[in-house]
Amino acid sequence: MPSLKDLKNRIASVKSTRKITKAMQMVAAAKLRRAQEAAEASRPYTERFNAVMSGLASGSAGSASAPRLLSGTGSDQVHLLVVMTAERGLCGGFNGNISKLARAHAQKLMAAGKTVKIMTVGKKGRDVLKRDLGEHFVGHVDLTAVKRVSYANAQSIAKDVLGKFDAGDFDVATIFFARFENVVSQHPTALQVIPAKFEEVEGAEASLYDYEPSEDAILADLLPRGVATQIFAALLENAASEQGARMSAMDNATRNAGEMIDQLTIEFNRSRQAVITNELIEIISGAEAL
Amino acid sequence: MANVQFDLVSPERRLASVEATEVQIPGADGDMTAMADHAPTITTLRPGVLKVLHAGGTDEYVVSGGFAEITATSVSVLAEQALPRGEMTQEVFNEMLSEAKAAHVSAQEVFKNEPGPVDDAAKLLADMVAIGGHIGLTANE
Repeated sequence: MPSLKDLKNRIASVKSTRKITKAMQMVAAAKLRRAQEAAEASRPYTERFNAVMSGLASGSAGSASAPRLLSGTGSDQVHLLVVMTAERGLCGGFNGNISKLARAHAQKLMAAGKTVKIMTVGKKGRDVLKRDLGEHFVGHVDLTAVKRVSYANAQSIAKDVLGKFDAGDFDVATIFFARFENVVSQHPTALQVIPAKFEEVEGAEASLYDYEPSEDAILADLLPRGVATQIFAALLENAASEQGARMSAMDNATRNAGEMIDQLTIEFNRSRQAVITNELIEIISGAEAL
Repeated sequence: MANVQFDLVSPERRLASVEATEVQIPGADGDMTAMADHAPTITTLRPGVLKVLHAGGTDEYVVSGGFAEITATSVSVLAEQALPRGEMTQEVFNEMLSEAKAAHVSAQEVFKNEPGPVDDAAKLLADMVAIGGHIGLTANE
């Protein structure tokens, strides 16, 4: 049976924890709004881009001269997994879910006899995967200092990935991130970026356009940009998902802390009452004995 | 006269969406002007100044590459990096210029025996310098 003083200390401690989680929840809510706005702002670009790309890609996908970024290297022996997670924890299952998906994917590939290379973005994913997949790491991008992901961040990651591709370090690249559905649900997603896959658009309008300089030159120019665009979109989705996950995790924590305070307060009142009753019994029985 | 719907988007934001009478585009193979009923065209951009004429006046944007999709009724410019001309200060310009220079230098190092990428980088650099000339900023060496 804890003493009154112990209970009082615990209540105070849980109360301050609740204050912190409450504050974190509100910060996450504000950041979430900004992250969602950023994701929304990038959408017109991504949509137009993909529409044009799928038109172009469907035109030249079959031809032998198609760029390697589109047609692939002809083998799928070496896989690069780009695992994007958050830089901070305390956001529920967010980092764990992405890492779990990436690990399952890596293990499946390894079981099939493929070589796996892993590049991590965000230190939480690296920490999680280091234990059993550490020897496959080929690179890490640190975004700790970045408050708001910009296209330049995505470009530098894309440049890194494309450089490795040009050097023949891998055949297939897949990015892992969490797609933002709403505040309570974020879906860990795997997306293959190299060789590029575009959704087929009904009745592709590729042939309608004049191309300047030429169709192939445009395609060769745009494919590397496409990688950057997809990485940027993934980074933004991830940022929104992270804040969403943190918000609901902190909401839960705040609620749990509240429940705990209620329980502890009841316990505190009970034991205080018990102490008072005890004292009264002592006084009364002392008076009666006289 | 018929107008075209002009959209300028960068990955980070939508910069403009207006009814324009005429859009002057710095295409990779040369400048072109898109007006209503233009043949459907897709062109890549070189770094340059994009000029939009509309009922309310003329807007100018500095774009650093990307592509434009022109149809009979609309012009969509998807720029890698785009700034209203007013926001293009000497500072920003210097930064873009030094990036282009660095790309040129690294291309020279990486592709010693292939002139293609080096020429591309040199052209990019020259285009950047040309922008400066257009809008009255100096490219200090």
